Amino acid sequence: MKKQLFAILLLMSPALALASAGGVHLDKANIDPTNKGSLQRGARTFVNYCMGCHSAKHQRYNRVARDLGMTDQDVIDNLMFTGEKVGDHMDIAMTPIAGKTYFGAAPPDLTLVSRVRGNDWLYTYLRTFYLDNSRPFGVNNQVFANVGMPNVLWELQGWQKPVYKTVTDDEGHEHQVLEALELVEAGSQTPAEFDRTVRDLVNFLDYMGEPIRQERQALGVKVILFLLVFFIVAYLLKKEFWKDIH
Amino acid sequence: MGMLISMRDWVDARFPMTKMWEEHLSKYYAPKNFNFWYFFGSLALLVLVIQIVTGIFLTMSYKPDAELAFASVEYIMRDVNWGWAIRYMHSTGASAFFIVVYLHMFRGLIYGSYRGPRELLWIFGMLIYLALMAEAFFGYLLPWGQMSYWGAQVIISLFGAIPGIGDDLSLWIRGDYVISDATLNRFFALHVIAVPLVLVGLVVVHILALHEVGSNNPDGVEIKKNKDENGIPKDGIPFHPYYSVKDIVGVVVFLIFFAFVMFFVPAGGGYFLEAPNFEPANPLKTPEHIAPVWYFTPYYAMLRAVTIDIGPLSAKFLGVIVMGGAIVIMFFLPWLDKSPVKSIRYRGPIYKIMLTLFVISFFVLGWLGTQGPTDIKTMMAQAGTIMYFAFFLLMPIYTKLEATKPVPDRVTFK
Repeated sequence: MKKQLFAILLLMSPALALASAGGVHLDKANIDPTNKGSLQRGARTFVNYCMGCHSAKHQRYNRVARDLGMTDQDVIDNLMFTGEKVGDHMDIAMTPIAGKTYFGAAPPDLTLVSRVRGNDWLYTYLRTFYLDNSRPFGVNNQVFANVGMPNVLWELQGWQKPVYKTVTDDEGHEHQVLEALELVEAGSQTPAEFDRTVRDLVNFLDYMGEPIRQERQALGVKVILFLLVFFIVAYLLKKEFWKDIH
Repeated sequence: MGMLISMRDWVDARFPMTKMWEEHLSKYYAPKNFNFWYFFGSLALLVLVIQIVTGIFLTMSYKPDAELAFASVEYIMRDVNWGWAIRYMHSTGASAFFIVVYLHMFRGLIYGSYRGPRELLWIFGMLIYLALMAEAFFGYLLPWGQMSYWGAQVIISLFGAIPGIGDDLSLWIRGDYVISDATLNRFFALHVIAVPLVLVGLVVVHILALHEVGSNNPDGVEIKKNKDENGIPKDGIPFHPYYSVKDIVGVVVFLIFFAFVMFFVPAGGGYFLEAPNFEPANPLKTPEHIAPVWYFTPYYAMLRAVTIDIGPLSAKFLGVIVMGGAIVIMFFLPWLDKSPVKSIRYRGPIYKIMLTLFVISFFVLGWLGTQGPTDIKTMMAQAGTIMYFAFFLLMPIYTKLEATKPVPDRVTFK
């Protein structure tokens, strides 16, 4: 028994290790990937606010339609503005070189951003832009210091001001540390509504990172159930063959 | 039926079909007391087949071109029918291969399967392990993500640490001054044809060598010493059907674990598919933390554990020597072990303590290799490296001195 337990532990060891998080506290995104309404709202926010500068060049419009429970016509009417075909990738006209000229760094493609950064990071990042006059676009960010991106969601969120506190470190030096963000000018949405908008957007980004995920998990349940039945058959076969071996 | 038999006889008159079947399966006598640890050889073969078959299908849509490679992987994940399943099988298979092979090697370690007359069998196995590491290293560059690029950069730069020829050697390996399209193309060639050919060849000689000397078993008893009047080992049973049906059970259990990872956690918590690798390779942007894939991390930790220069030899070069030595030393295992018994069942406590410390050091080093270096972690890695080598280098002493328990004449069931 002890040996078997040890063996199982050995087999599971890679899964036991946990990926580490970064230094900044991240708010939980709490997305619901099965909520098609949320995904559709997120897709609309994405094309309206993100696709001015960011592409999703591995994602096709009609795949969004299919996976998010819309018709191709829904997508053409609501998500496509520049005469692409419905089977096209969600690409943009701005070249990376132009982007680098405008922002200092080319805005990255966002198809896989959720798999690189994680949903909680995105959820926190998009909500923590704050006013900072030293930056070219007048804003800085709590989780991505000195980011080149302007606060594109400002008309929804409004503007936030940083609140600092003074901390003394081990060597007696005093530092100004960002403690909180305070809303100084309201946007068109309340903070709760804005959180929901960002959550929907992150939900869509998460979907784009791996469009097959829902299907993959559903299939996985069937495959494992089949293997469990197969195990019984295989085990009984083995037992039958081995009954004379002592 | 009569026609099938005459067809078989027709082939047998021209090719040793029945002879091979009997020699390797239906009349290959394996000890009857194999336990849990004896599943991993056949599982390694299964994973090899999975990797080759999924690999063939991946090459049908993958583009080994620095401009196209990353997008072609996403094309496979999104547009190719079942492409996501094939890709996840291949990426899960890579980690599964190392898990299975590490467990297979550990089995050899605890039951003394490397001891005479199986020295060559062990050496072929070690060569398979080396080829597998090369295969994994070349393959990891192909998705052309950030970790592919920078991981390869770190490993190729190790060759640059060799005094005198280092820079020219790494230039020759890369085919360019930086990792580039030329590197990707040659790594593709090596990954899909050169190393797999070597790997399959080595697997064949590994199995031939095994069937020549016969399998060891958990008691470390030679079953060929006790034969009946027909020359069949008394403790042996034909591989087929006994172990073929038993291995099917092992295969199904393995596939349950495999399917769980593939369908529910294909990224393996960031260890099987690392998050930065979902960002395309960017030669101008170094990731803040470069860690090799988990199966290389014990050796990576040993590399970084060496922090002092000795005379003209840089710490980095010495680290490379230590890392290489950690693998080379395993080749000598058959001659380092002086114990009169093979199996851990009949060894004394000192061996068991050394083995436990060795396993702990391997896991700790593996964890440290995934972490950024700090003073304490470097010290831990140094202690782990010493422990790792002590297991091998002190083996001739502690295995010779230690009293052992009497070994039975026949195998036992436990």
